[in-house]
Amino acid sequence: MHTTLRSRSNEIVIGHDQPFCLIGERINPTGRKKFQEQLRAGDLSQVDVDVNAQVAGGATMLDVNMGLPLVDEAALLSKVIVRIQGLTDLPLCIDSSVPEALEAGLEAYEGKALVNSVTGEDDRMEAILPLVRRHEAAVVALANDENGIPETPEKRLEITRKIIHVATERYGMPIEDIVIDPLAMTVGADTDAVNITLETISRIREEFGVNMTMGASNVSFGLPNRHAINAAFLPMAMSHGLTSAVMDARTPAIVQAVKAADLLLGHDPWGSSWISQYRNQQG
Amino acid sequence: MNTEEVLGELYNQTLVGNAPEVLKLTNSGLEAGITPEQLLFEALIPSLEEVGSRFERGDFFVPEMLIAGKAMAGALEVLRPLLAQSGTETVGTFVMGTVKGDVHDIGKNLVNIMLEGAGFQVIDLGVQVAPERFIEAIQEHQPDIVGFSAFLTTTMPMFKANMNALEKAGLRDQVIVMVGGAPVTQEYADAVGADGYASDASAAVKQAKELLHRRRSLVPA
Repeated sequence: MHTTLRSRSNEIVIGHDQPFCLIGERINPTGRKKFQEQLRAGDLSQVDVDVNAQVAGGATMLDVNMGLPLVDEAALLSKVIVRIQGLTDLPLCIDSSVPEALEAGLEAYEGKALVNSVTGEDDRMEAILPLVRRHEAAVVALANDENGIPETPEKRLEITRKIIHVATERYGMPIEDIVIDPLAMTVGADTDAVNITLETISRIREEFGVNMTMGASNVSFGLPNRHAINAAFLPMAMSHGLTSAVMDARTPAIVQAVKAADLLLGHDPWGSSWISQYRNQQG
Repeated sequence: MNTEEVLGELYNQTLVGNAPEVLKLTNSGLEAGITPEQLLFEALIPSLEEVGSRFERGDFFVPEMLIAGKAMAGALEVLRPLLAQSGTETVGTFVMGTVKGDVHDIGKNLVNIMLEGAGFQVIDLGVQVAPERFIEAIQEHQPDIVGFSAFLTTTMPMFKANMNALEKAGLRDQVIVMVGGAPVTQEYADAVGADGYASDASAAVKQAKELLHRRRSLVPA
Protein backbone atom coordinates (compact mmCIF):
# COMPACT_ATOMS: atom_id res chain seq x y z
CA MET A 1 0.00 0.00 0.00
CA HIS A 2 1.35 3.40 -1.00
CA THR A 3 0.65 6.73 0.67
CA THR A 4 1.62 9.56 -1.66
CA LEU A 5 2.35 13.06 -0.37
CA ARG A 6 3.17 16.09 -2.46
CA SER A 7 4.57 19.57 -2.23
CA ARG A 8 4.35 21.98 -5.17
CA SER A 9 7.10 20.23 -7.08
CA ASN A 10 7.98 17.04 -5.25
CA GLU A 11 6.26 13.76 -4.54
CA ILE A 12 7.18 11.13 -2.00
CA VAL A 13 5.77 7.66 -1.42
CA ILE A 14 5.44 5.85 1.91
CA GLY A 15 5.13 2.08 1.68
CA HIS A 16 6.31 -1.24 2.99
CA ASP A 17 8.47 -1.67 -0.11
CA GLN A 18 9.86 1.88 0.04
CA PRO A 19 12.78 3.50 1.83
CA PHE A 20 11.72 4.70 5.27
CA CYS A 21 10.01 8.10 5.41
CA LEU A 22 11.87 10.34 7.88
CA ILE A 23 9.59 13.13 9.09
CA GLY A 24 11.72 15.74 10.84
CA GLU A 25 10.24 16.59 14.26
CA ARG A 26 12.14 19.76 15.03
CA ILE A 27 9.74 22.52 13.98
CA ASN A 28 7.83 22.41 17.25
CA PRO A 29 7.99 24.96 20.08
CA THR A 30 7.09 22.49 22.87
CA GLY A 31 9.82 22.62 25.49
CA ARG A 32 11.85 25.23 23.52
CA LYS A 33 11.66 28.42 25.51
CA LYS A 34 13.72 30.60 23.24
CA PHE A 35 11.91 29.46 20.11
CA GLN A 36 8.59 30.19 21.86
CA GLU A 37 9.68 33.72 22.63
CA GLN A 38 10.83 34.28 19.06
CA LEU A 39 7.55 33.01 17.65
CA ARG A 40 5.55 35.20 20.00
CA ALA A 41 7.59 38.19 18.86
CA GLY A 42 6.87 37.30 15.23
CA ASP A 43 10.46 36.28 14.57
CA LEU A 44 10.37 33.21 12.31
CA SER A 45 14.09 33.01 11.58
CA GLN A 46 14.59 29.90 13.73
CA VAL A 47 12.12 28.06 11.49
CA ASP A 48 14.55 28.56 8.59
CA VAL A 49 17.41 27.20 10.67
CA ASP A 50 15.37 24.12 11.62
CA VAL A 51 14.24 23.55 8.03
CA ASN A 52 17.76 23.72 6.68
CA ALA A 53 19.24 21.48 9.36
CA GLN A 54 16.64 18.79 8.77
CA VAL A 55 16.89 18.97 5.00
CA ALA A 56 20.66 18.65 5.28
CA GLY A 57 20.23 15.84 7.80
CA GLY A 58 18.25 13.70 5.37
CA ALA A 59 14.58 14.30 6.18
CA THR A 60 11.99 13.03 3.66
CA MET A 61 9.23 15.26 5.07
CA LEU A 62 8.96 17.91 7.76
CA ASP A 63 6.49 18.03 10.62
CA VAL A 64 5.23 21.54 11.43
CA ASN A 65 3.73 22.17 14.85
CA MET A 66 2.98 25.66 16.17
CA GLY A 67 1.21 24.57 19.36
CA LEU A 68 2.01 27.49 21.57
CA PRO A 69 -0.20 28.67 24.39
CA LEU A 70 -1.93 32.03 24.02
CA VAL A 71 -1.20 32.61 20.36
CA ASP A 72 -3.42 32.43 17.29
CA GLU A 73 -2.20 29.01 16.28
CA ALA A 74 -4.16 28.93 13.01
CA ALA A 75 -2.65 32.19 11.78
CA LEU A 76 0.87 31.29 12.89
CA LEU A 77 0.72 27.81 11.41
CA SER A 78 -0.42 28.98 7.99
CA LYS A 79 2.21 31.72 7.93
CA VAL A 80 4.97 29.25 8.82
CA ILE A 81 3.77 26.73 6.23
CA VAL A 82 3.94 29.33 3.47
CA ARG A 83 7.42 30.29 4.63
CA ILE A 84 8.66 26.69 4.70
CA GLN A 85 7.25 25.98 1.25
CA GLY A 86 9.41 28.83 0.00
CA LEU A 87 12.49 27.16 1.47
CA THR A 88 12.13 23.50 0.61
CA ASP A 89 10.14 21.21 -1.65
CA LEU A 90 9.82 18.48 0.99
CA PRO A 91 6.16 17.66 1.64
CA LEU A 92 4.86 18.72 5.05
CA CYS A 93 3.10 17.07 7.93
CA ILE A 94 0.67 19.59 9.42
CA ASP A 95 0.64 18.93 13.15
CA SER A 96 -1.94 20.35 15.55
CA SER A 97 -4.59 19.23 17.98
CA VAL A 98 -6.73 22.25 17.03
CA PRO A 99 -9.05 21.56 14.06
CA GLU A 100 -9.16 25.28 13.11
CA ALA A 101 -5.37 25.34 12.92
CA LEU A 102 -5.33 22.20 10.77
CA GLU A 103 -7.86 23.81 8.47
CA ALA A 104 -5.84 27.01 8.16
CA GLY A 105 -2.70 24.95 7.58
CA LEU A 106 -4.37 22.93 4.84
CA GLU A 107 -5.66 26.11 3.19
CA ALA A 108 -2.16 27.55 3.12
CA TYR A 109 -0.44 24.38 1.95
CA GLU A 110 0.25 23.71 -1.71
CA GLY A 111 0.21 19.99 -2.48
CA LYS A 112 -1.02 16.94 -0.62
CA ALA A 113 -0.22 17.17 3.06
CA LEU A 114 -0.17 14.65 5.87
CA VAL A 115 -2.40 15.83 8.73
CA ASN A 116 -1.19 14.98 12.23
CA SER A 117 -3.49 13.83 13.79
CA VAL A 118 -6.85 12.28 14.56
CA THR A 119 -7.66 9.72 17.27
CA GLY A 120 -10.35 7.07 17.68
CA GLU A 121 -12.52 9.53 19.64
CA ASP A 122 -15.83 10.16 17.85
CA ASP A 123 -15.74 13.95 18.19
CA ARG A 124 -12.14 14.14 16.94
CA MET A 125 -13.01 12.03 13.90
CA GLU A 126 -16.06 14.19 13.20
CA ALA A 127 -14.02 17.38 13.43
CA ILE A 128 -10.94 16.31 11.49
CA LEU A 129 -11.77 13.64 8.92
CA PRO A 130 -14.11 15.84 6.82
CA LEU A 131 -11.34 18.46 6.66
CA VAL A 132 -8.81 15.90 5.51
CA ARG A 133 -11.24 14.56 2.95
CA ARG A 134 -12.13 18.00 1.60
CA HIS A 135 -8.48 18.85 1.08
CA GLU A 136 -7.68 15.38 -0.29
CA ALA A 137 -4.93 15.08 2.25
CA ALA A 138 -3.70 12.04 4.18
CA VAL A 139 -4.05 11.67 7.93
CA VAL A 140 -2.13 10.21 10.86
CA ALA A 141 -4.52 8.33 13.15
CA LEU A 142 -3.47 7.60 16.71
CA ALA A 143 -4.58 4.24 18.13
CA ASN A 144 -6.01 5.77 21.30
CA ASP A 145 -9.46 6.97 22.28
CA GLU A 146 -11.34 8.67 25.12
CA ASN A 147 -10.34 5.86 27.47
CA GLY A 148 -6.67 6.68 27.18
CA ILE A 149 -3.65 5.03 25.66
CA PRO A 150 -4.35 1.30 25.52
CA GLU A 151 -1.78 -0.91 27.17
CA THR A 152 -2.40 -3.92 24.93
CA PRO A 153 -1.87 -4.46 21.20
CA GLU A 154 -5.41 -5.95 21.01
CA LYS A 155 -7.02 -2.74 22.15
CA ARG A 156 -4.84 -0.62 19.85
CA LEU A 157 -5.87 -2.85 16.95
CA GLU A 158 -9.51 -2.47 17.87
CA ILE A 159 -9.24 1.32 17.74
CA THR A 160 -7.30 1.12 14.46
CA ARG A 161 -10.11 -1.01 13.01
CA LYS A 162 -12.69 1.53 14.13
CA ILE A 163 -10.83 4.52 12.66
CA ILE A 164 -10.23 2.80 9.33
CA HIS A 165 -13.89 1.81 9.20
CA VAL A 166 -15.20 5.29 9.94
CA ALA A 167 -12.71 7.07 7.66
CA THR A 168 -13.33 4.83 4.66
CA GLU A 169 -17.05 4.07 5.08
CA ARG A 170 -18.43 7.30 6.48
CA TYR A 171 -16.03 9.81 4.95
CA GLY A 172 -15.04 7.91 1.82
CA MET A 173 -11.32 8.24 2.39
CA PRO A 174 -9.00 5.93 0.49
CA ILE A 175 -7.42 3.52 3.00
CA GLU A 176 -3.94 4.36 1.71
CA ASP A 177 -4.41 7.91 2.99
CA ILE A 178 -4.75 6.67 6.57
CA VAL A 179 -1.40 6.34 8.34
CA ILE A 180 -1.75 4.64 11.71
CA ASP A 181 0.27 5.70 14.74
CA PRO A 182 0.64 2.51 16.84
CA LEU A 183 1.89 4.68 19.75
CA ALA A 184 5.38 4.68 21.20
CA MET A 185 5.67 5.27 24.93
CA THR A 186 8.87 5.61 26.89
CA VAL A 187 10.65 2.49 28.00
CA GLY A 188 11.77 4.65 30.92
CA ALA A 189 8.33 4.39 32.54
CA ASP A 190 7.45 0.87 31.52
CA THR A 191 9.92 -1.88 30.71
CA ASP A 192 7.48 -3.51 28.28
CA ALA A 193 6.44 -0.34 26.45
CA VAL A 194 8.51 -0.97 23.32
CA ASN A 195 7.61 -4.67 23.15
CA ILE A 196 3.96 -3.68 23.12
CA THR A 197 4.61 -1.12 20.37
CA LEU A 198 6.54 -3.62 18.24
CA GLU A 199 3.83 -6.24 18.53
CA THR A 200 1.20 -3.65 17.64
CA ILE A 201 3.18 -2.67 14.53
CA SER A 202 3.45 -6.29 13.36
CA ARG A 203 -0.22 -6.96 13.86
CA ILE A 204 -1.42 -3.77 12.19
CA ARG A 205 0.74 -4.55 9.20
CA GLU A 206 -0.59 -8.11 9.07
CA GLU A 207 -4.27 -7.21 9.48
CA PHE A 208 -4.56 -3.94 7.56
CA GLY A 209 -1.35 -3.54 5.53
CA VAL A 210 -1.51 0.22 6.08
CA ASN A 211 1.39 2.58 6.53
CA MET A 212 2.42 3.58 10.02
CA THR A 213 4.25 6.46 11.63
CA MET A 214 4.92 7.49 15.22
CA GLY A 215 6.73 9.95 17.43
CA ALA A 216 9.80 7.75 17.67
CA SER A 217 11.79 9.89 20.09
CA ASN A 218 9.23 9.17 22.82
CA VAL A 219 10.75 5.75 23.50
CA SER A 220 13.83 7.25 25.13
CA PHE A 221 12.16 9.96 27.21
CA GLY A 222 13.67 10.32 30.69
CA LEU A 223 16.80 8.31 29.86
CA PRO A 224 20.41 9.27 29.27
CA ASN A 225 22.05 9.00 25.83
CA ARG A 226 18.74 9.15 24.03
CA HIS A 227 20.31 9.17 20.56
CA ALA A 228 21.66 5.65 20.97
CA ILE A 229 18.28 4.36 22.12
CA ASN A 230 16.47 6.08 19.25
CA ALA A 231 19.02 4.74 16.76
CA ALA A 232 18.45 1.20 18.07
CA PHE A 233 14.68 1.49 18.19
CA LEU A 234 13.99 2.67 14.65
CA PRO A 235 15.56 -0.32 12.83
CA MET A 236 13.67 -2.67 15.19
CA ALA A 237 10.38 -0.91 14.44
CA MET A 238 11.17 -0.89 10.71
CA SER A 239 11.73 -4.63 10.69
CA HIS A 240 8.30 -5.07 12.27
CA GLY A 241 6.61 -2.89 9.63
CA LEU A 242 6.92 0.75 10.62
CA THR A 243 7.17 2.74 7.37
CA SER A 244 7.70 6.27 8.70
CA ALA A 245 8.46 8.17 11.88
CA VAL A 246 8.28 11.70 13.20
CA MET A 247 11.84 11.73 14.42
CA ASP A 248 15.16 13.43 14.98
CA ALA A 249 16.42 13.97 11.44
CA ARG A 250 19.39 16.09 12.50
CA THR A 251 21.45 13.52 14.38
CA PRO A 252 23.64 11.58 11.93
CA ALA A 253 23.77 8.43 14.10
CA ILE A 254 19.98 8.14 14.04
CA VAL A 255 19.54 8.95 10.35
CA GLN A 256 22.30 6.53 9.41
CA ALA A 257 20.75 3.76 11.50
CA VAL A 258 17.56 4.22 9.46
CA LYS A 259 19.41 4.28 6.14
CA ALA A 260 21.38 1.17 7.08
CA ALA A 261 18.15 -0.57 8.07
CA ASP A 262 16.67 0.35 4.67
CA LEU A 263 19.60 -1.37 3.04
CA LEU A 264 19.42 -4.42 5.31
CA LEU A 265 15.66 -4.81 4.81
CA GLY A 266 15.97 -4.70 1.03
CA HIS A 267 14.57 -1.20 0.53
CA ASP A 268 17.76 0.14 -1.02
CA PRO A 269 18.48 -2.20 -3.96
CA TRP A 270 22.18 -2.91 -4.39
CA GLY A 271 22.92 -0.35 -1.73
CA SER A 272 22.85 2.45 -4.27
CA SER A 273 21.58 5.11 -1.85
CA TRP A 274 23.89 3.89 0.88
CA ILE A 275 26.92 3.97 -1.42
CA SER A 276 26.15 7.33 -2.98
CA GLN A 277 25.62 8.81 0.46
CA TYR A 278 29.06 7.50 1.42
CA ARG A 279 30.60 9.04 -1.69
CA ASN A 280 28.95 12.38 -1.03
CA GLN A 281 30.41 12.42 2.44
CA GLN A 282 33.86 11.57 1.09
CA GLY A 283 33.17 14.41 -1.40
CA MET B 1 21.04 -3.55 63.54
CA ASN B 2 20.38 -0.64 65.84
CA THR B 3 17.82 2.04 65.01
CA GLU B 4 20.31 4.24 63.27
CA GLU B 5 21.53 1.40 61.09
CA VAL B 6 17.99 0.37 60.12
CA LEU B 7 17.11 3.95 59.19
CA GLY B 8 20.34 4.33 57.22
CA GLU B 9 19.78 1.10 55.36
CA LEU B 10 16.14 2.00 54.68
CA TYR B 11 17.33 5.32 53.25
CA ASN B 12 19.89 3.58 51.04
CA GLN B 13 17.58 0.85 49.78
CA THR B 14 14.84 3.37 48.96
CA LEU B 15 17.36 5.46 47.06
CA VAL B 16 18.18 2.51 44.77
CA GLY B 17 14.54 1.44 44.52
CA ASN B 18 14.96 -1.99 46.08
CA ALA B 19 11.27 -2.56 46.88
CA PRO B 20 11.50 -6.00 48.57
CA GLU B 21 14.30 -4.83 50.84
CA VAL B 22 12.50 -1.59 51.71
CA LEU B 23 9.42 -3.53 52.72
CA LYS B 24 11.50 -5.96 54.78
CA LEU B 25 13.35 -3.17 56.57
CA THR B 26 10.10 -1.33 57.27
CA ASN B 27 8.58 -4.42 58.86
CA SER B 28 11.67 -5.40 60.82
CA GLY B 29 12.10 -1.78 61.93
CA LEU B 30 8.57 -1.73 63.31
CA GLU B 31 9.15 -5.05 65.07
CA ALA B 32 12.27 -3.65 66.65
CA GLY B 33 10.21 -0.78 68.05
CA ILE B 34 11.10 2.02 65.65
CA THR B 35 8.08 4.30 65.28
CA PRO B 36 6.28 4.70 61.92
CA GLU B 37 7.01 8.44 62.14
CA GLN B 38 10.73 7.82 62.40
CA LEU B 39 10.73 5.43 59.46
CA LEU B 40 8.81 7.96 57.38
CA PHE B 41 10.43 11.24 58.35
CA GLU B 42 13.98 10.06 59.05
CA ALA B 43 14.47 7.58 56.22
CA LEU B 44 11.83 7.40 53.49
CA ILE B 45 11.09 11.08 52.93
CA PRO B 46 14.74 12.21 53.04
CA SER B 47 15.60 9.42 50.62
CA LEU B 48 12.96 10.51 48.09
CA GLU B 49 14.10 14.11 48.53
CA GLU B 50 17.58 13.00 47.56
CA VAL B 51 16.12 11.16 44.55
CA GLY B 52 14.40 14.41 43.56
CA SER B 53 17.50 16.52 43.81
CA ARG B 54 19.59 13.98 41.92
CA PHE B 55 16.93 14.01 39.20
CA GLU B 56 17.03 17.78 39.09
CA ARG B 57 20.80 17.75 38.73
CA GLY B 58 20.55 15.25 35.90
CA ASP B 59 22.29 12.52 37.93
CA PHE B 60 19.14 10.39 38.19
CA PHE B 61 16.80 9.32 35.41
CA VAL B 62 13.09 8.62 35.11
CA PRO B 63 13.24 4.83 35.72
CA GLU B 64 15.31 5.40 38.87
CA MET B 65 12.78 7.90 40.14
CA LEU B 66 9.96 5.48 39.38
CA ILE B 67 11.44 2.49 41.19
CA ALA B 68 12.39 4.59 44.21
CA GLY B 69 8.82 5.90 44.33
CA LYS B 70 7.43 2.39 44.02
CA ALA B 71 9.67 1.11 46.78
CA MET B 72 8.49 3.91 49.02
CA ALA B 73 4.84 3.28 48.11
CA GLY B 74 5.24 -0.32 49.31
CA ALA B 75 6.50 0.88 52.68
CA LEU B 76 3.72 3.47 52.91
CA GLU B 77 1.09 0.77 52.55
CA VAL B 78 2.36 -0.74 55.79
CA LEU B 79 2.88 2.59 57.54
CA ARG B 80 -0.27 4.45 56.52
CA PRO B 81 -2.73 2.67 58.87
CA LEU B 82 -0.25 3.01 61.73
CA LEU B 83 0.32 6.69 61.06
CA ALA B 84 -3.44 7.21 60.92
CA GLN B 85 -3.85 5.50 64.31
CA SER B 86 -1.26 7.69 65.92
CA GLY B 87 -2.89 10.76 64.35
CA THR B 88 0.25 11.81 62.48
CA GLU B 89 -0.51 14.60 60.04
CA THR B 90 0.50 14.14 56.44
CA VAL B 91 2.47 16.98 54.91
CA GLY B 92 -0.64 17.89 52.98
CA THR B 93 -3.39 16.48 50.78
CA PHE B 94 -3.19 16.78 47.03
CA VAL B 95 -6.01 16.06 44.57
CA MET B 96 -4.60 15.42 41.11
CA GLY B 97 -6.00 14.76 37.67
CA THR B 98 -5.47 15.08 33.91
CA VAL B 99 -8.08 17.47 32.54
CA LYS B 100 -11.13 16.54 30.48
CA GLY B 101 -10.32 15.66 26.87
CA ASP B 102 -6.80 14.59 27.72
CA VAL B 103 -5.62 11.04 28.33
CA HIS B 104 -1.92 11.60 28.98
CA ASP B 105 -0.74 10.53 32.39
CA ILE B 106 2.96 9.63 32.46
CA GLY B 107 4.01 13.07 33.68
CA LYS B 108 1.15 13.32 36.15
CA ASN B 109 1.99 9.89 37.57
CA LEU B 110 5.61 10.91 38.07
CA VAL B 111 4.50 13.99 39.96
CA ASN B 112 2.22 11.83 42.12
CA ILE B 113 5.08 9.53 43.00
CA MET B 114 7.31 12.39 44.00
CA LEU B 115 4.52 14.03 46.01
CA GLU B 116 3.87 10.82 47.91
CA GLY B 117 7.58 10.52 48.40
CA ALA B 118 7.54 13.93 50.02
CA GLY B 119 4.82 12.84 52.43
CA PHE B 120 1.74 14.20 50.67
CA GLN B 121 -1.43 12.20 50.61
CA VAL B 122 -2.28 12.07 46.91
CA ILE B 123 -5.77 11.44 45.59
CA ASP B 124 -5.39 10.68 41.91
CA LEU B 125 -8.55 11.15 39.86
CA GLY B 126 -6.92 9.70 36.73
CA VAL B 127 -7.35 11.07 33.20
CA GLN B 128 -10.25 12.86 31.44
CA VAL B 129 -11.32 14.48 34.70
CA ALA B 130 -14.27 16.84 34.16
CA PRO B 131 -14.54 20.10 36.19
CA GLU B 132 -17.46 18.71 38.21
CA ARG B 133 -15.40 15.70 39.23
CA PHE B 134 -12.64 17.95 40.50
CA ILE B 135 -15.24 19.88 42.48
CA GLU B 136 -16.71 16.70 43.99
CA ALA B 137 -13.29 15.45 44.97
CA ILE B 138 -12.35 18.78 46.54
CA GLN B 139 -15.58 18.80 48.54
CA GLU B 140 -15.02 15.22 49.64
CA HIS B 141 -11.31 15.26 50.47
CA GLN B 142 -10.78 18.92 51.44
CA PRO B 143 -7.28 18.95 49.89
CA ASP B 144 -4.69 21.65 50.45
CA ILE B 145 -3.78 21.63 46.79
CA VAL B 146 -5.45 20.60 43.54
CA GLY B 147 -3.33 19.84 40.47
CA PHE B 148 -4.50 20.03 36.84
CA SER B 149 -2.38 18.31 34.21
CA ALA B 150 -2.66 18.81 30.43
CA PHE B 151 -0.44 17.52 27.64
CA LEU B 152 -2.06 19.25 24.66
CA THR B 153 -2.51 22.87 23.68
CA THR B 154 -6.14 21.96 22.98
CA THR B 155 -6.81 20.67 26.48
CA MET B 156 -4.95 23.41 28.36
CA PRO B 157 -8.01 25.70 28.18
CA MET B 158 -9.66 23.23 30.58
CA PHE B 159 -7.52 24.83 33.30
CA LYS B 160 -9.63 27.95 32.95
CA ALA B 161 -12.84 25.91 32.87
CA ASN B 162 -11.75 24.20 36.09
CA MET B 163 -10.91 27.55 37.69
CA ASN B 164 -14.34 28.87 36.76
CA ALA B 165 -15.96 25.78 38.27
CA LEU B 166 -13.97 26.36 41.48
CA GLU B 167 -15.14 29.97 41.63
CA LYS B 168 -18.71 28.96 40.99
CA ALA B 169 -18.62 26.33 43.72
CA GLY B 170 -17.16 28.90 46.10
CA LEU B 171 -14.03 26.78 46.59
CA ARG B 172 -11.39 28.97 44.96
CA ASP B 173 -10.10 30.42 48.22
CA GLN B 174 -10.03 27.09 50.00
CA VAL B 175 -7.54 25.34 47.77
CA ILE B 176 -4.19 26.06 46.17
CA VAL B 177 -4.22 25.42 42.41
CA MET B 178 -1.20 24.04 40.58
CA VAL B 179 -1.00 23.34 36.84
CA GLY B 180 1.50 21.52 34.67
CA GLY B 181 2.17 19.47 31.54
CA ALA B 182 4.46 19.53 28.50
CA PRO B 183 3.12 22.64 26.71
CA VAL B 184 2.29 24.60 29.88
CA THR B 185 4.37 27.64 30.75
CA GLN B 186 4.56 29.94 33.76
CA GLU B 187 2.91 32.63 31.65
CA TYR B 188 0.00 30.38 30.86
CA ALA B 189 -0.35 29.37 34.49
CA ASP B 190 -0.50 33.05 35.41
CA ALA B 191 -3.00 33.78 32.67
CA VAL B 192 -5.48 31.20 33.98
CA GLY B 193 -4.96 32.40 37.55
CA ALA B 194 -3.25 29.32 38.95
CA ASP B 195 -1.19 29.66 42.13
CA GLY B 196 1.66 27.50 40.98
CA TYR B 197 3.36 25.88 38.01
CA ALA B 198 6.36 23.58 37.73
CA SER B 199 8.17 22.18 34.73
CA ASP B 200 9.04 18.77 36.17
CA ALA B 201 8.11 16.37 38.95
CA SER B 202 10.82 17.39 41.33
CA ALA B 203 10.16 21.09 40.89
CA ALA B 204 6.44 20.41 41.40
CA VAL B 205 7.10 18.97 44.86
CA LYS B 206 9.24 21.93 45.86
CA GLN B 207 6.63 24.32 44.62
CA ALA B 208 3.82 22.45 46.40
CA LYS B 209 5.66 22.58 49.71
CA GLU B 210 6.48 26.23 49.28
CA LEU B 211 2.92 27.23 48.39
CA LEU B 212 1.60 25.23 51.34
CA HIS B 213 4.10 26.78 53.68
CA ARG B 214 3.20 30.27 52.49
CA ARG B 215 -0.51 29.61 52.90
CA ARG B 216 -0.12 28.13 56.37
CA SER B 217 2.04 30.95 57.59
CA LEU B 218 -0.77 33.32 56.64
CA VAL B 219 -3.16 31.53 58.98
CA PRO B 220 -2.86 32.79 62.53
CA ALA B 221 -1.84 29.94 64.83
